[in-house]
Amino acid sequence: MVNYQERLDRTFAALVDPTRRAILAQLERRASASISELAQPFAIKLPAVMKHLDVLEDAGLVTRSKSGRTVTVRLRPQPMREAMAWLRRYERFWSERLDGLGAYAESKEAEARSKGR
Amino acid sequence: MTSLSLVRRIRARPAIVFDAVTTAEGIAQWWGPDAGPVLVSESDPRVGGRYRVRFRMLDGSEHESSGEFLEIVRPEHVVMSWRWKGGQEDPGESRVEIRLRAIAEGTELTFTHARLHDEETRRSHEEGWAGSLGKLQAHFQTGNIAS
Repeated sequence: MVNYQERLDRTFAALVDPTRRAILAQLERRASASISELAQPFAIKLPAVMKHLDVLEDAGLVTRSKSGRTVTVRLRPQPMREAMAWLRRYERFWSERLDGLGAYAESKEAEARSKGR
Repeated sequence: MTSLSLVRRIRARPAIVFDAVTTAEGIAQWWGPDAGPVLVSESDPRVGGRYRVRFRMLDGSEHESSGEFLEIVRPEHVVMSWRWKGGQEDPGESRVEIRLRAIAEGTELTFTHARLHDEETRRSHEEGWAGSLGKLQAHFQTGNIAS
């Protein structure tokens, strides 16, 4: 089992590429798609799309299943949820720090004013 | 989105906020999260100078972050490198930028923590995947895809 940090790295790395994000966005709009459907909007060849799908699948963001000659691709939202949770946790951390900073600076300001500055 | 931005309005003049952010005495006063204590606060606020903050959370875990001041213009802005030390969380070096703007009520502080997570994702901010991610997030919240 890959650890949490590695999973996050993979998710973020997979999301860096605009074509991969566009593929995910497409899968957002429909339950599933075939590889040729996914390749359609892009000016790239099928093998390039396959490579992107490899990265997305390694990151656990999509699943592929084969039925006859057709490969069906589906979105798998779990890693994205994990990434969002990580970002939210980070945001909360800093938000609390900045609240603390604000309260402290305001008390220093009040102090400076009472000293007539 | 691998870059986190927050804005705060603070009823204190920029110089006071700036010193609270950059001096060891200042940092020691506000840094501790959830009322846990700050154990170490060191700061040498000049370009090339380093800082180090170590704190304990209420759950007993200790965390330390440190880095170098990359840009420092009192009382307007400070840019520093940032790294977590120890524990499982070492997403590599990131960058913290704090900009202060004088406003009628005091200071508007813009905080940015960029290059989060790893070197590769740094580009992602420039490419603007915040929008895509936001969209995906909105989608997941509506919950119409089974995981």
